[in-house]
Amino acid sequence: MKALILVGGFGTRLRPLTLSLPKPLVEFGNRPMIAHQIEALAAAGVTDIVLAVNYRPEVMTAALKKYEEQYNINIEFSVETEPLGTAGPLKLAEKTLGKDNTPFFVLNSDIICDFPFEDLVKFHKSHGQEGTIVVTKVEEPSKYGVIVHKPDHPSRIDRFVEKPVEFVGNRINAGIYILNPSVLQRIELRPTSIEQETFPAIVKDGQLHSFDLDGFWMDVGQPKDFLTGTCLYLSSLTKKHSPLLTSPSESFVNGGNVMIDPSAKIGKNCKIGPNVVIGPNVVIGDGVRLQRCVLLQGSKVKEHAWVKSTIVGWNSTIGRWARMENVSVLGDDVTIGDEVYCNGASVLPHKSIKQNVDVPAIIM
Amino acid sequence: MVRIKGSATSIDLFEGWWTIARNKVSTAVSRSPKGHPIISHCFAAITRVLEIREVFIVGYYDEAVFRDFIKDCGRTHPSISVKYLREYQALGTAGGLYHFRDPILKGRPDRFFVLNADVCCSFPLEQMLRMFEEKDAEAVILGTRVPNEAATNFGCIVSDAHSKRVLHYVEKPESHISNLINCGVYLFSTEAIFPSIKSAIKRRSDRPRLVSYPSSETLDNQYLPPSRDDDDDDDGEKNQIIRLEQDILGDLADSRQFYVLETKDFWRQIKTAGSAVPANALYLMKAFQQQSEELAKPSATILPPVFIHPTAHVDPTAKLGPNVSIGPRAIVGPGARIKESIVLEDAEIRHDACVLYSIIGWSSRVGAWARVEGTPTPVREHSTSIVKNGVKVQSITILGKECVVADEVRVQNCVCLPFKELKRDVQNEVIM
Repeated sequence: MKALILVGGFGTRLRPLTLSLPKPLVEFGNRPMIAHQIEALAAAGVTDIVLAVNYRPEVMTAALKKYEEQYNINIEFSVETEPLGTAGPLKLAEKTLGKDNTPFFVLNSDIICDFPFEDLVKFHKSHGQEGTIVVTKVEEPSKYGVIVHKPDHPSRIDRFVEKPVEFVGNRINAGIYILNPSVLQRIELRPTSIEQETFPAIVKDGQLHSFDLDGFWMDVGQPKDFLTGTCLYLSSLTKKHSPLLTSPSESFVNGGNVMIDPSAKIGKNCKIGPNVVIGPNVVIGDGVRLQRCVLLQGSKVKEHAWVKSTIVGWNSTIGRWARMENVSVLGDDVTIGDEVYCNGASVLPHKSIKQNVDVPAIIM
Repeated sequence: MVRIKGSATSIDLFEGWWTIARNKVSTAVSRSPKGHPIISHCFAAITRVLEIREVFIVGYYDEAVFRDFIKDCGRTHPSISVKYLREYQALGTAGGLYHFRDPILKGRPDRFFVLNADVCCSFPLEQMLRMFEEKDAEAVILGTRVPNEAATNFGCIVSDAHSKRVLHYVEKPESHISNLINCGVYLFSTEAIFPSIKSAIKRRSDRPRLVSYPSSETLDNQYLPPSRDDDDDDDGEKNQIIRLEQDILGDLADSRQFYVLETKDFWRQIKTAGSAVPANALYLMKAFQQQSEELAKPSATILPPVFIHPTAHVDPTAKLGPNVSIGPRAIVGPGARIKESIVLEDAEIRHDACVLYSIIGWSSRVGAWARVEGTPTPVREHSTSIVKNGVKVQSITILGKECVVADEVRVQNCVCLPFKELKRDVQNEVIM
């Protein structure tokens, strides 16, 4: 089977992290985001993966080489010379996606969930029509594009309603699809949107179905959602009793959902959790309090600091008695001084912060 | 003669603030920034002037408030008589002096010092005395230079650069007059000051409704009906507030041998509770420079100057200083951090908490990983508020008596009235 992952541009929404590393390689739950998707695709029997990108950094080529070998799959880059939207890249990769008559997966690279690829294939084959899109239930459908089914059918889509004022349904497009190669005939090689042009056309022919997603789902394309997505992901691991998590019987673990890389060092009298990810070679000093945060590889939190709702970038350091909160994001190699308070600070790589950031701000 | 006006809420607010002010002044006696009553710094300066035989403490407080302090003074300096004169109604600084003229003049002094207890400075009284003699003065005032922007918050002195004679004095002028300001420390000849006060009182009675002072108090008075009857009954004294600064010093500059001694040493007014932190820092710094034995020994976890009361318990892993005072029986837990702050007696700072630019009130508790924080104000800047998002807020965070800050909670630029429990983050608020 085949799959296309829509990676796109420079991941500006996830800056300052994406100033140092392409978005697909930013670690989510201590693994590059794209590794979650590749692993799930490979497990479902996918052998050919196309990455639709606007640019191809060297570091990504090297990283993906590793996955090719690890999972025994082919990964190719499909580079757009100009942005082609969400449908154009499918046409650009027609040679691979249309090489045989089997359906192919399409997914947005920002999506984190329990990828249901095997069930999705079964369902798609069972209705035998052109396309299936994965949908997820949301509490506030008015913020999204909502899917409305045909009155006489549980899965056949009737129409899409963008940001409905009145309640028409609570299922939204989850950014994961399985499509027959025939869909490629519907797309022209120009900047075009799969959601706004391709799907309505398939719906018109009554050929598009929806597939309900079980469990968590999150678009982690920006820091706030990245943290929320981390909480959902860790909760789902807890539910599965995953060995990736640190046992809640550890004295410093508070409230569970804590993932600590074995190479990380934890000080005395710390209180860690809930919802914390600690990356490789991270050093945590004595008396540190961590909750709802992600510490990326090589970062350091010094004694008595307090960190909440924060992403600490690679090799960054947080000073003693510092306090970080409200979606602060530190880029690579940032230093936060002792006793400094950061409220929603986005700090660009290599900066040193010596004074409080009292209100959310970008620190250049 | 009711002087408090306004709605019920403003009186409540006033009461609340009053509690702090009252506690603070009882600080004057029982506890203080550097572990000494604020007033004891005045007294220590007084004892250095050998000529002084008598000390009067004038205030509204109950006699009991000063009893222990006066007893201690008697023990350490038996040659000086210390008495408390209680004002039962507000008379103003000059009105108070005049009211108590009999006890003051009883020992037939030819001159006397007047010190405001809410002032923190090195009190160079001997230098003032020397100037008084050299210049054959009738009055000497202590002055200090402040930044031009700050000057209009104080009494401003214009002096002759050469002779140091005071040419002009204005209390809190609206426009810039001088950056030499009144430190609230005076030396008066008895022959000059009492007649000056008397003539001010007389002037008041003749022309009772002065409208030239731009203070709200005067404005309020304008709307009061003339009360001639009261004037007659009370000898024109009791119902008149006569203030040294507004009503007397200007005239002294016109008519008397009035000189200013300019101090280059530290000076700060302790008007609001917030000014106690920078004022305390000045005293600690001075004690440190004099290598006082009372201060904690500098180490990896003690950044001097730090004062720790002998009965306080500070965990060795806590880091303190600079400019920190820890009061009697206070407890500071492991890994706590305290900087530029005053922790009053019986307060507790739990493990890994962080206290910066704050005052922690008596028996208050700061929870684990909590952060209580004010904003630094430069010592030279004579202001205790800062502007944040266009709103003026208290720069120092103050927790009143028996307040509790829950674990991990953050409190910034707040004044918390006594007995409050703070369970969630707060900033830029007065918590009632």
